[in-house]
Amino acid sequence: MDAISSRRFPALAGGLGRVLLPRLFQAGLVAWLVGTLTFVLTRTLPGDMAYRIAAGRYGHDMVNSAAAEAVRAELALDQPALLAYLHWLGDLLRLDLGNSLVSGEPVIHELSHQLGHSLGLAMVAVLLSLLLGPPLGLAAGLRPGGWWDRVSEGLASLLRALPPFALGLLLILLFSVSLGWLPAAGHGRTAHFVLPALTLALALAAVSSRVARNAMVEVSGSAYYAFSRTKGLGERLSFLRHGLRNAAVPIVAYLGVQFVYLIEGVVVVETLFAWPGIGHALVHAIVARDVPMIQGTALVMGLMFVALNTGVDLLCHGLDPRRRQS
Amino acid sequence: MSATTLFTAGRAGRRRLATRQRLGLGLLGLLLAIAWLTPWLHDADPARQQLVRILELPSLVAPLGTDHLGRDLLARTAAALRLSLGMALLSVISAAVPGILLGVIAGWRGGWVDRVLGSLADACLALPGLLLVLLLVAIAPGNFWALYVGIALVLWIEYFRVVRARTRVLVASPQLQASRLLGFGPGYLFRRHLWPELAPQVLTLAAFGAASAILAMAALGFVSVGLRPPTAELGLMMTELLPYYHEAPWAMAQPILALCLLVLSLNLLAGKDPR
Repeated sequence: MDAISSRRFPALAGGLGRVLLPRLFQAGLVAWLVGTLTFVLTRTLPGDMAYRIAAGRYGHDMVNSAAAEAVRAELALDQPALLAYLHWLGDLLRLDLGNSLVSGEPVIHELSHQLGHSLGLAMVAVLLSLLLGPPLGLAAGLRPGGWWDRVSEGLASLLRALPPFALGLLLILLFSVSLGWLPAAGHGRTAHFVLPALTLALALAAVSSRVARNAMVEVSGSAYYAFSRTKGLGERLSFLRHGLRNAAVPIVAYLGVQFVYLIEGVVVVETLFAWPGIGHALVHAIVARDVPMIQGTALVMGLMFVALNTGVDLLCHGLDPRRRQS
Repeated sequence: MSATTLFTAGRAGRRRLATRQRLGLGLLGLLLAIAWLTPWLHDADPARQQLVRILELPSLVAPLGTDHLGRDLLARTAAALRLSLGMALLSVISAAVPGILLGVIAGWRGGWVDRVLGSLADACLALPGLLLVLLLVAIAPGNFWALYVGIALVLWIEYFRVVRARTRVLVASPQLQASRLLGFGPGYLFRRHLWPELAPQVLTLAAFGAASAILAMAALGFVSVGLRPPTAELGLMMTELLPYYHEAPWAMAQPILALCLLVLSLNLLAGKDPR
């Protein structure tokens, strides 16, 4: 698929703006939404926000009014709401995300570490899911109603009903606790990648295998596919020349929908496997009321979502010439 | 009622689709019965701790055993199912009503109304659903209503999009044009021409939406940013019982199994994915 798209990329300069502009707009929207919601967060949490944040930063027994006042001044909690809001958005615009209230480190600095870990996990998971899901789905779609179609449908339904955390839990119990093959949690060696990536990949593959199956059924029922067989191409050749690329379009397009699931899964799976990524950091920030970290992590995850979707748009654009013309 | 309308959703392979949905309906009915009949048949408080009876095996007194604080697991699982199903019903209804209403308005009027509502829906989808819910939950921690508003805010878009696309086609259809020319009001047109066409898709979306609402709540409970203990909630129960998987595997299996069956039943009931 990559080879095809890179070969086609020079040809798509024309409609590129139509693909990229809405995504750019979406990125702006994400930044504004996250900024506004976290601003509301600083204003609406019950109790005195300054004391609360100071307690999070210095520990509950170390809070005094001086510490609280310092926090109040730093986060502009004493200013009128509208002014503070504009100030808040201005900081966001300059990418000044502030310091973490827990560690005191600049948020950007922490995020740059975590983003790498999260992206690594997400990438491995997506690649693994593409290796698992579409081939199995295509095999099922070549013979709809056959035994493999039924088995894979049952498996996919079961996997879709298991949320990623429950699936991860079962995998831990099986591979780490009972068999002792893989580490249950943590990060560092390659072995640590296996379980979290597998958890995400299985859930993603459950959906993409069905999408691939339906796409293949549609392609193999189409007139051009029947014609490729009547003109004398073998089953293998007509699949490679006429089936694969046409079936790939919905699979890639559906990846965009799956990224919603991926981002949600990253939050939960990273927490479960103690993976030092963005999702884990977001959950910790919410528990610790670390407002700048909440803003930073949510922003990066939202932007990651937009970036991944832009990639899918570009790939679809390259795969499907009909999109370029319309 | 819902079953008969759902059956019409399938075109090809109706027979097999019907069995799937019957299976889902039966499973859902069973879970509903467990959730709401348990308080009558089994007199136990889901929050009452009995520290001398922790992690007991299933017995006559506690048919599904007890958890690490000696709380009755049957009562807790039933309470968690009630909470999940109640939340699912509430958020689906409050997402479906504005979603259908706005979808019909956008599809019917077209023009700037359509564009404004369309971009509103896009704005709600800019962030992945769970992220939006997480941020709202951060604003009001441990609050059922924040969770509910977030989930409903994410779910309404699906109804809006499907209903808008379908309405746009239906408004141009000759039978609706004829009724309109005969002078029937919008209420009649909606009841007679739009709703019968929209109902199967809306019900499919409702079943999927209920499943995702339940999953979102459990996911937040699991990473302990959702509802707070001692609430009996499926995700929260999993985290609580996780340290005791070795001593009491049957206890930890219960919330997982309950959640899995609940989502499976709704997915089966929904039938084909409309997207």
